[in-house]
Amino acid sequence: MIPACPLAALPRGEAFRLDTVEPPIAVFHTDDGELYAVDDTCTHQDASLADGWLEGCEVECPLHASRFDLRTGEVDAPPAKLPVRTHGVVVEDGTVYVVPSDLPPNLPPGARARTA
Amino acid sequence: MRSVAVIGASLAGLYAARALRDQGFDGTLTIVGSERHRPYDRPPLSKEFLAGRMTEADLALETDDEDLAAEWRLGVRASGLDPRDRRVLLADGTSIAADGVVVATGATARTLPGDSPTLEGVHTLRTLDDASALRADLVPGRRLVVIGAGFIGAEVASTACELGLGVTIVETAPAPLARALGGEMGTALGALHEERGVGLICGVAVQALTGGDRVDGVLLADGQRLDADVVLVGIGARPEIGWLEGSGVELGDGVLCDSGGGTSLPGVVAVGDCAAWFDPGLGRHHRVEHWTGAVQRPAAATATLLSGGSAPAPPQAPPYLWSDQYGMRIQFAGHTLPGDTVTVEEGDVAARSFLAVYRREDRPVAVLGVDQVRQFTRWRRRLATVNTG
Repeated sequence: MIPACPLAALPRGEAFRLDTVEPPIAVFHTDDGELYAVDDTCTHQDASLADGWLEGCEVECPLHASRFDLRTGEVDAPPAKLPVRTHGVVVEDGTVYVVPSDLPPNLPPGARARTA
Repeated sequence: MRSVAVIGASLAGLYAARALRDQGFDGTLTIVGSERHRPYDRPPLSKEFLAGRMTEADLALETDDEDLAAEWRLGVRASGLDPRDRRVLLADGTSIAADGVVVATGATARTLPGDSPTLEGVHTLRTLDDASALRADLVPGRRLVVIGAGFIGAEVASTACELGLGVTIVETAPAPLARALGGEMGTALGALHEERGVGLICGVAVQALTGGDRVDGVLLADGQRLDADVVLVGIGARPEIGWLEGSGVELGDGVLCDSGGGTSLPGVVAVGDCAAWFDPGLGRHHRVEHWTGAVQRPAAATATLLSGGSAPAPPQAPPYLWSDQYGMRIQFAGHTLPGDTVTVEEGDVAARSFLAVYRREDRPVAVLGVDQVRQFTRWRRRLATVNTG
């Protein structure tokens, strides 16, 4: 279990990028109050889903508008072809924790750190 | 409608074929592509693919289990359209008659006037084959001259710089990307090149390419000569519409369409880089040469086609483009015209991380982000609401 952020620092409609892990993880707090965690990197091309548009239980990639269902990681709209890996989320004593998946991630081809 | 021919097997053609099936069309579907490749994604051709970080397989647009139940005719060009029975003539002498035709033939890279086609080392970049040829020529230590500081030119310069070539960009206009982004922001982005040691010469035209079998230099209009082992000509693209001449489909700068993709010929719609849809906001036809347009518009065009033109035209999202240069992510949405005011609302131009908003009479009309993805996403949404709602 990895501590991500205080729940109070993640209002509804917002996302938090946990970049102390590799690959980074995005935690979303939906308008309905649910918390979901998925790999932060879009499976299509290198973009951070935490920077995307959150609507209901879906996030739209900020680069090419692929949409993923945060509950399952499945692709709701292309160009992404592969689901994004999902992780568990636990809140304890006001802190949001991520329970990382054991499965391999679906990282995009050609991804790299963009800070040259 | 029992048969539809989609002419063009790139992004817009594939999305049109998908949209037809999604919208319940279960008739005969034929997809014609002038390239021999299955549909592939072009944006990485100047970036990840050119740098060798993506392979040809990575560019595939279709999913492994995708089946559009279509007949694919790849590697053959359309040469004409007979309007009497909407028969598409193909370069191999065969033809396809269809109840509906989707024109998605894209665009072709412009070449220099009088350009000697036999000079080795001179490239344009539009197709996968172009990119493979350019990639083979980008050998570390070579000198690359990029003609045209548009997005393709800037991205190739960035990639070639990363690969260890010496790079100079030559641009006729006073600043790079001035038409797309305005002079002020064009100049700001131009500075990105110079910071990385890439030469940028603006306001000078190219006079000639020099060399024997292979290019060895670029002669500029001011008398300057640049040594070159490789030249990329990145001076835009012209719509691939010559095959429609004489068909009755009205042509201008692209296939002229209404705001739902319908052309002047019933049963024919057009999408993607070859299509100039009427833009109610601008009050004129406008050709959008961006990836996003090729993804978003086909569904509206196929609805127009299947309904016989009665489907209401959907509101158009502001045009959106992105570009990755020197590890920075540049995003732009909307339209800008000379005279718009530009204000930096987040970050700092000097720090190479900023968000700038373009306004016309106090109304936001466009937004530019450099490494400001989250704020850009919000502004792009806001722009869509302001200008359609």
